[in-house]
Amino acid sequence: MKLESNIPGGPIAEKWTRHKFELKLVNPANKRKFTVIVVGTGLAGASAAASLGELGYNVKAFCIQDSPRRAHSIAAQGGTNAAHNYPNDGDSVYRLFYDTVKGGDFRAREANVHRLAECSNLIIDHCVGQGVPFGREYGGLLDNRSFGGAQVSRTFYARGQTGQQLLLGAYQSMMRQVAKGTVKMFPRREMLDLVLVDGKARGIVVRNLISGELECHEADAVCLATGGYGNVFYLSTNAKGSNVSAIWRAHKKGALFANPCYTQIHPTCIPVTGDHQSKLTLMSESLRNDGRVWVPRNADDPRKPSDIPEAERYYFLEEKYPSFGNLVPRDVASRNAKMVCDEGLGVGGSKRAVFLDFADAIKRLGENGVSARYGNLFQMYEKITDENPYKTPMRIYPASHYTMGGLWVDYNLMSTIPGCFVLGEANFSDHGANRLGASALMQGLADGYFVIPYTIGGYFASSKLDKVNSSQAEFVDAAKSSKAQIDRLLSINGKKTVTEFHRELGHVMWDNVGMGRNKTGLEKAISEVPALRDEFWKNVKVPGDNASFNQNLESAMRLADLLEFGELLARDALYREESCGGHFREEHQTPEGEAMRDDEKFCHVAAWEWKGDNKKHDLSKEDLKFEYAHLMTRSYK
Amino acid sequence: MSGNMNLTIKVWRQKNIQSRGVFETVKLSDISPDMSFLEMLDVMNEQLMRENKEAFAFDHDCREGICGMCSLVINGLPHGPDNLITVCQLHMRKFKDGDTIVVEPWRAAAFPVIRDCAVDRSAFDRIIQAGGFVSISTGNAPPANTVLVPKADSERAFDAAACIGCGACVASCKNASAMLFVAAKVSHLSYLPQGKPEKQKRVLSMVEQMDKEGFGNCTNLYECEASCPKGISVEFIAKMNREYLCSSALYAERVYSTEG
Repeated sequence: MKLESNIPGGPIAEKWTRHKFELKLVNPANKRKFTVIVVGTGLAGASAAASLGELGYNVKAFCIQDSPRRAHSIAAQGGTNAAHNYPNDGDSVYRLFYDTVKGGDFRAREANVHRLAECSNLIIDHCVGQGVPFGREYGGLLDNRSFGGAQVSRTFYARGQTGQQLLLGAYQSMMRQVAKGTVKMFPRREMLDLVLVDGKARGIVVRNLISGELECHEADAVCLATGGYGNVFYLSTNAKGSNVSAIWRAHKKGALFANPCYTQIHPTCIPVTGDHQSKLTLMSESLRNDGRVWVPRNADDPRKPSDIPEAERYYFLEEKYPSFGNLVPRDVASRNAKMVCDEGLGVGGSKRAVFLDFADAIKRLGENGVSARYGNLFQMYEKITDENPYKTPMRIYPASHYTMGGLWVDYNLMSTIPGCFVLGEANFSDHGANRLGASALMQGLADGYFVIPYTIGGYFASSKLDKVNSSQAEFVDAAKSSKAQIDRLLSINGKKTVTEFHRELGHVMWDNVGMGRNKTGLEKAISEVPALRDEFWKNVKVPGDNASFNQNLESAMRLADLLEFGELLARDALYREESCGGHFREEHQTPEGEAMRDDEKFCHVAAWEWKGDNKKHDLSKEDLKFEYAHLMTRSYK
Repeated sequence: MSGNMNLTIKVWRQKNIQSRGVFETVKLSDISPDMSFLEMLDVMNEQLMRENKEAFAFDHDCREGICGMCSLVINGLPHGPDNLITVCQLHMRKFKDGDTIVVEPWRAAAFPVIRDCAVDRSAFDRIIQAGGFVSISTGNAPPANTVLVPKADSERAFDAAACIGCGACVASCKNASAMLFVAAKVSHLSYLPQGKPEKQKRVLSMVEQMDKEGFGNCTNLYECEASCPKGISVEFIAKMNREYLCSSALYAERVYSTEG
């Protein structure tokens, strides 16, 4: 398939302004004649629903939780970037653009990233206007901090709950539109299928999670803002309900899936304690500002960490990366923790952990000083592990956190299905192969508040959209096939539970398609995942029926999609014979163990097209051009 | 990892809002003290399903104490026997080998049971919809630093804004009052200059909706504050009451419309 990115012409700083002018407009009085479906109510979905409602479109918003306020954007701790340059330290839209392209290891689309940087300041202005209580200085002005190794202070934050406060701002704006009648909210609904009429996205089939009833909803466009697929690893920092289903089902209806192998493993998570573990908890990477990462030089050192003398400690990040030290980007920090554990130097019961030590910071700042900065994180750590991090070093290990890949979209955020737009983490476009800290919130909100309100108008004004009705054949057929899948799941009545299967999938994915990937491991995953999928469809046990609130059925349907998707992720990782950002192929590294890109062969987006059950995907490529941020090797030494 | 606790769990089972609920007793063995409470329930559900029974339904999502979805009354206490946490952050080391643990849903007329311990909290959404926002449309905002906000006001606003909307305040109150939830949003927005223009209208509409939903009134027992995972203070209820009183008397549009 030929991929048209529709990037506007002109110098990079003028592209978005020019594009906004060139997009056709929908007359204010005509907007209410258009219905837009928004699936997902996280930062991207809620901000899109609110903004489209404010413009006068007729919006229907859907979420799987009991309330739109619970979407997993709420869990983001650190902050959101913007190029306001309030600290006068040399930031600019261009610098934010440049850092994001470089941080993404030159695998993002330049024009999209520049637009993101341009929107960053508008986001802060708007969220302050909504009453988001950002951190402030005594003079009443907004405070900033440096985050994730950035060399300027551009991160706006609301204590350790920035995601929560930004999401509540978007949620409240959306509820204001619900009161006005422009947005209709459908909670506890799960999208099961995207409905196409004449090749255009014209509606969805959803399951009412309380009654089990399948509902068809028609619209003139569908926006998917359903987040990432980190739960393919079973254990991740994602919410339990986070899933790939909505975008996967759109993929099976023709939307290309781009760069699924770009997954981000976050370095500072609380390690796994046992098989009962159901999720992993992230602690803000701001901890790396004052904590020192180390392992004992001798494997299985039986001494208490505080009794191990300096000379016998291996501060591996500080030794290998003297200029960035403990503040290297997430992918570098995670991979190095894995390497020392693979060498047998890991600590704790599982030997899959490294120390994050605050002893020096406590000497320098005092316990109170450390508590003022990280008190809530220390308390959280103690609640979970029953260890006091003021007295003994924290133990940390990387965990699956964010996924940069997603449905392929053009500059207008439209997928390869006309009328199907994809926003936030669910699309692939802005973070390349690695996302920088405090950029996820920025992207979700940029897409929802400041991009989709313009580009969707351009689509409506230039498309011919006949009336559709949810009782017509396309909808009825889609609902029928969804119902058939549900009936099949309920009738298997096998021996293994959904969780057992999900855990197995997680093991295969984490061991072979996690932080370090090689040909042998990837081929193993490519043969094991389909085998597990076959077993799932023969031997899964889903108690209960469809006509009631059945959480096991929900999980089974989500897992069925992850079992298909996991294979594509591994195939994409096998295809990409290079190391870039979060994708590390062990065959492609420098003698010092650093990632080695292959710009000759892989400076492109790999977008995969579904060809049918158990058939191989087709590959389409979008070449990436770096006209402003020139290709170079990232170095944090 | 195997554990060393044997427990008796009495869980509330209720097929739907029309049916009557009953307690079901489940015996669990080999529970690790390092498990979270919800992971213990996961183990229980796996056991139930192996016995060909339906799993116990309860709401949960982020499992890190911020989404507000988990909602269980454990041994009579919303979010269980630890302070300033949600159920998902409660760990089994808070219990002893041989304990009997009683698990119930949030009980309030305004939170009807969907199944077992999953309840419908959409009443909270309708209260926010009634006025829990600043009327600003995308594109309207002035540059962020043109409006100064004293740090103390911003911090107080944040203390209130930390509410996760879980409903423990309602579940712990003998009147099933939602005053702490409503007061938190009213206070968050009225401390900030951006929220001041609509302050009077907001408190009147939100309280009106709260009453319509069937929540009870506050009788100053402070159970809500004690059970709140985010430590929201009852002082915000006092602030809301003052604002409500002033607004009832002074709200310009209402005064003019009754005159007119």
